[in-house]
Amino acid sequence: MKTCNLALAGALLATAALNAAPPAAPVKIGFIYVSPVGDAGWTYQHDLGRKQMEAAFKGQVTTKFIENVPEGADAERIIRQMAQDGNSIIFTTSFGYMNPTEKVAKTLPNVTFFHATGYKSGANMGIYNARFYEGRYLNGVIAGKMSKTNVAGYVAAFPIPEVVMGINAFARGMKSVNPKAEVRVIWVNSWFDPGKEREAAMTLIAQGADMITHHTDSTAVVQAAEEKHKEKGTWAFSYHSDMSKYGPTAQLSGTTHVWGDFYVKTVKEVLDKKWKGTNVWGGIKDGMIQLAPMSKSVPADVQKQVKGLEASIKAGKFHPFAGPVVDQEGKERVAKGKDMSDSDMNSMNYYVQGVASTFPKN
Amino acid sequence: MWLKFEPRAEPSRLMTYLSPLLAVGLMFLSGLLLFYVLGKDPIEGFRVFFLYPMKDAYSIAELFLKATPLMLCAVGLSVGFKANVWNIGAEGQLLIGALAGGWVALRFEHSTSPFLLPAMILAGAVGGMLWAAIPAFLRTRFNANEILTSLMLVYVAELVVSWLVHGPWKDPDGFNFPQTKVFSAAATLPLMLAGTRVNIALLFALGALVAGWLFMNRSFLGYQMKVAGQAENAGRYAGFSARRSVWFGMLAGGAMAGIAGISEVAGPVGQITEKISPGYGFAAMIVAFVGRLSPIGILFSSLLMAILYVGGEQAQQYLSLPSSISKVFQGMLLFFLLGSDVFINFRPRFVRRRK
Repeated sequence: MKTCNLALAGALLATAALNAAPPAAPVKIGFIYVSPVGDAGWTYQHDLGRKQMEAAFKGQVTTKFIENVPEGADAERIIRQMAQDGNSIIFTTSFGYMNPTEKVAKTLPNVTFFHATGYKSGANMGIYNARFYEGRYLNGVIAGKMSKTNVAGYVAAFPIPEVVMGINAFARGMKSVNPKAEVRVIWVNSWFDPGKEREAAMTLIAQGADMITHHTDSTAVVQAAEEKHKEKGTWAFSYHSDMSKYGPTAQLSGTTHVWGDFYVKTVKEVLDKKWKGTNVWGGIKDGMIQLAPMSKSVPADVQKQVKGLEASIKAGKFHPFAGPVVDQEGKERVAKGKDMSDSDMNSMNYYVQGVASTFPKN
Repeated sequence: MWLKFEPRAEPSRLMTYLSPLLAVGLMFLSGLLLFYVLGKDPIEGFRVFFLYPMKDAYSIAELFLKATPLMLCAVGLSVGFKANVWNIGAEGQLLIGALAGGWVALRFEHSTSPFLLPAMILAGAVGGMLWAAIPAFLRTRFNANEILTSLMLVYVAELVVSWLVHGPWKDPDGFNFPQTKVFSAAATLPLMLAGTRVNIALLFALGALVAGWLFMNRSFLGYQMKVAGQAENAGRYAGFSARRSVWFGMLAGGAMAGIAGISEVAGPVGQITEKISPGYGFAAMIVAFVGRLSPIGILFSSLLMAILYVGGEQAQQYLSLPSSISKVFQGMLLFFLLGSDVFINFRPRFVRRRK
């Protein structure tokens, strides 16, 4: 019996070893970041994802990142060098890396590249992004329910579709529960400028906004709300990261990016040699967008309503840009009964009704 | 014993040339110390920061690519600096040059004419000169300080670039992202070496170094400007025009910065975006001074500055140091240079302490 058991154990071990079949050397995976990792924000979320992915493939992969890589001519050298250093999977996580990534990808067919937030892909270049607007809509609903002044303030970086989409989704969410609601926008023309972001937030608060949020990279806006909370009753919604650490009282909720699951899934495909290209625009359903935990200050009925909406979005039963979508000038952009198409969302260059500011005209 | 600095009877020629070397040496030493304090092996740090950027042909080609705009801007600035014309705004002139040349590329996007590139380069130079002409005019007409006006115009130039790429020049097929169309092949500078990114802008830069040397050492206007810079009163007494110095100094800087700008967008960048330059116009001032405002010096100092940029990337990648390490080294270099320059006009002497 004993020998039999041993033989069985041996056989089991052998199959286990065969199944695991550890590759000779760990696969090197590189990340290019546009800003320092810091402790909150766009790059921080990607770095959380990188860590999660590295932990998931412990021993099979090693990862490395380079932060603060300028989006100009230098990016190409850094991406190329990363590839030449033996990184066989490379994630470039800012829009400005699109053309450099494409140029390098064309010359190095054995390396797989992934570019976040762009629109050019190739045989060895996948693209990915998240449906930030889904979280925004839910944040807007909370804002609409809880605002006393009916005014929300939005500190935004640049009028590109990704940002405009967020503003419009927030406004639609807010207006859906509060017909008097309006969203005011201040553009700071920078992705990261805590000073300007703070100033913009303070201006919006002074103009009567008691709900504020941001599409910029720092924690300044949430901190500004926290500071004014006692005096003005200002509430905040965080973006990129959960910033409740910076706005323990003022933060009601937020829209959080989660890249880890995507990184794990994609890297697995490449490692298993099953990768056939990636063009992912993932939302709540895919776990790429999460509602930041709602604070105790959000009334139970509102929490319930938002949870319900979240579930409908997840199930594909509700679209934040479900028709009728009417822009500021009263022009109907999506007819009743239809959802806005991805390509229409990706070229959004107008405000919907509910946004009080005028769209920056070129 | 006290260390005392005594004025020299005349500036030391030897120290003029030794000072930058001393500064570079001190920067290396402090760098080793810095690596040590940050918990890195100093020798490994040195190897990664200063030697990796030269490890193979591709890397060396990248250094020349990086040094090209620095060389162009620095040689243009040195002409003005020699005459005490302080153009701090090469960065802005670079951007406007890129816009002017880029406009030609976008306006004639279907052209395959061999004259397209020369026209773009010319437009780049003219654009840079026009931007530099504003502080020159304000200085000669209203005696406004060109340091301030040229610097402030950098921010204006940045906003103009931002407005154009977000607005009228935005690529219509680019999903509203802030960048222009990619330039056509005919509007892109040819590469000098296949497999690298070095393009013929390097030849413009080397040509500019030669032209700069000829101008400063062989032309009468260059001589006048040098005199005006070294001894303003002597220059005035000899009847040399200060206004001409200002105009020529500013325009030379603007033209070269403009060429650097169009060479970047028609070279490694390939389109106009908001991120044309990581501050070449500012770094070029350090390059010009470390190079002693001489074209030969600038050739070497621009390559050194390129190493500091690329070395910083290497230090991030292999030593996990923060990206600001490049800026720290640039700052140390300038700091030590200014310190070492004291020895040009002063002589250190040990004197006995009085009882």
